[in-house]
Amino acid sequence: MIDAINDALDVAMTRDPDVIVMGEDVGYFGGVFRCTAGLQDKHGKNRVFDTPISECGIIGAAVGMGAYGLRPVPEIQFADYIYPGLDQLISEAARLRYRSAGEFISPLTIRSPFGGGIFGGQTHSQSPEAIFTHVSGIKTVIPATPYDAKGLLLSCIEDNDPVIFFEPKRIYNGPFTGFYDKPVEPWKKHADSVVPEGHYTIPLGKARQVREGEELTVLAYGTMVHVAEAVCAAKGVDADILDLRSLVPLDIEAIEVSVKKTGRCLIVHEATRTSGFGAELSALVTERCFYHLEAPVERVTGFDTPYPHSLEWAYFPGPVRIGEALDKILSE
Amino acid sequence: MADRPDGAPQQGSNKPALSLHVPEPKYRPGDAVDFSHIDVPPAGEQPRPDENCDTHDMHDLAYGLVRVLGEDDKAHGPWDPKLDPETLRTMLGHMAMTRAFDERMFRGQRQGKTSFYMKCTGEEATSIASSMALAADDMVFPSYRQQGILIARGYPMIEMINQIYSNKGDKLKGRQLPIMYSSREHSFFTISGNLATQTPQAVGWAMASAIKGDSRIAATWVGEGSTAEGDFHAACTFATVYNAPVILNVVNNQWAISSFSGFAGAERTTFAARALGYGLAGLRVDGNDALACYAAQLWAANRARSNGGPTLIEYFTYRAEGHSTSDDPSGYRSAQERTEWPLGDPVMRLKNHLIALGEWDEDRQEKMDLEAAEHVRKVTKEAEQNGILGHGLHHPFQTMFEDVFEELPWHLKEQSEQAIREREIKFPGGLKL
Repeated sequence: MIDAINDALDVAMTRDPDVIVMGEDVGYFGGVFRCTAGLQDKHGKNRVFDTPISECGIIGAAVGMGAYGLRPVPEIQFADYIYPGLDQLISEAARLRYRSAGEFISPLTIRSPFGGGIFGGQTHSQSPEAIFTHVSGIKTVIPATPYDAKGLLLSCIEDNDPVIFFEPKRIYNGPFTGFYDKPVEPWKKHADSVVPEGHYTIPLGKARQVREGEELTVLAYGTMVHVAEAVCAAKGVDADILDLRSLVPLDIEAIEVSVKKTGRCLIVHEATRTSGFGAELSALVTERCFYHLEAPVERVTGFDTPYPHSLEWAYFPGPVRIGEALDKILSE
Repeated sequence: MADRPDGAPQQGSNKPALSLHVPEPKYRPGDAVDFSHIDVPPAGEQPRPDENCDTHDMHDLAYGLVRVLGEDDKAHGPWDPKLDPETLRTMLGHMAMTRAFDERMFRGQRQGKTSFYMKCTGEEATSIASSMALAADDMVFPSYRQQGILIARGYPMIEMINQIYSNKGDKLKGRQLPIMYSSREHSFFTISGNLATQTPQAVGWAMASAIKGDSRIAATWVGEGSTAEGDFHAACTFATVYNAPVILNVVNNQWAISSFSGFAGAERTTFAARALGYGLAGLRVDGNDALACYAAQLWAANRARSNGGPTLIEYFTYRAEGHSTSDDPSGYRSAQERTEWPLGDPVMRLKNHLIALGEWDEDRQEKMDLEAAEHVRKVTKEAEQNGILGHGLHHPFQTMFEDVFEELPWHLKEQSEQAIREREIKFPGGLKL
């Protein structure tokens, strides 16, 4: 997935001289996750550069660059560290088009590694997507495969609205099934890791059907797509699994079609439960598919605690928690 | 606790008790005001270094006060921008117009024509004179008290009033609180309610201009109170790191609503002196001296335009009126402050200078003030044809949902339809005006 992201940035910068990559350690060093490796060499220090350690400065400067007419792609090293930039993001980037009636826009794509499962402890594991989905004017996009990462990132960069692009760092090098005691396979062995050369895009607001099934609908994104898929396979559940890919805008049509077909819905995310994005999904499914539901909508999420270090696998919404929820939904 | 004698300090030690310093302004309501502690150097005393000088050589300028207009109403010293009388009259005209505009809009709020207004009385030079030293296409990132820039840049006054009234002529479609103007055409960035956010944005805009090899620069304005925001620190850091062609204007008007400048750190240093720590050029200027404001901005603009880097300018001035129409300053400061302010009134000082030059007189001033008031009155009437706040003449309901994103996603389409449905229930057969 790292190569796919790097490739997307390279393609975007080659096609459009206004695309600028900036962030802590992204320049000479190529990023702490190597996502920007080689870009400064190829595109120059004027277009790929290191920044001071200041998230509010990074996002604030990017808003100004966007107002000028550039298309900045700032990186926030970990989603856990995006908070100092939230005022710039929520009060400024998200509102610029609205408050100026379209005079000024904020075509930023903020890339940030997110999610746990890597013993990152409290400040290298968070999944703060619900903070952003709650803000009018920001799009939130999360890829689950290398193919999607490239196509979605290119769409985000070309989109004229500010986008948060969360990269699940647990699956940077290979999909993670949640069975943490089994060895992780590299992306090479997976069909979704085949990334075409050159330019292609994947539209925002369109979910990906991971597998077709009849027994229940699973709504997931990021790492949890792979976990949910593996658990359903292990339990022999014929699930209709949707990888949402973008939370705002949301592919409500695909969700409705699937839940109306299966009559059951499981929502899975790593983020904490209360007021998480799962609550929005659950409400939407209940409002729109109520008469088709044969069981209450279930949410499998992280617990409502900060992300712990030593108890990572007790916290992570893995096979046991998902398995219990599947049993509950299917027994109704 | 029980084993400690009554009244003994909590910490059992012979070290002196620490105490917290909470700043307190010198004068509160009813106090007699004496500003003699404020050091006002004679006009013309400050040296004017080369625009590409080393920031290390600017120590005295960051702690001093650049002044041009003296007690004799004449221009003195190396900072005299030597503007021709026609330009000076134009400057005075913009200042008179801004003051007349403020008076009328304030009254409009009191008459219930709008919800809110903010005057810039006493600070006209810090926006008008300084912005006149910039090119028309240099991008300004103002706070909410630089309406003078729009007037100086020839922004149609009717658009300002339409915005303040949130009426059907409002280019911002009634979405923004009054005075939060935006005009891309006039290189005037959209004003935000969130303080100091515009400062790193201005730096970013300037960086973009440098990235593209453009020749335009950016300038931002922020109050002294807002310099305490983290964004201001980020702006100074980014500006210096990338040598961004940007001017950071700090309007030190002594008051942030009810908090005096001590709460932004003014008791022990100047705001211009902060520049030194960042490696920025720092200038401290008499903010009621239009010539000094112009000269400082021009110095900084020349520095930025020649890749000499960013400058922080502190304008030492006084907020003569309340913070906004929602504020009553008699609750926290002495009414005498305004009259005792040692740097006087920027409009009077510029007027007296033109008179001293033999290029102006009281009759012409009176005529100009009358014409300004008449112009504002006429344009206000015109704008009122488009409606005033709460009287129904506003943009259609569905415009509320536009421009959140470039295109309406499904959930906003649904909510837009809901708003239209609600409107039909509230006003069957349409709105009666």
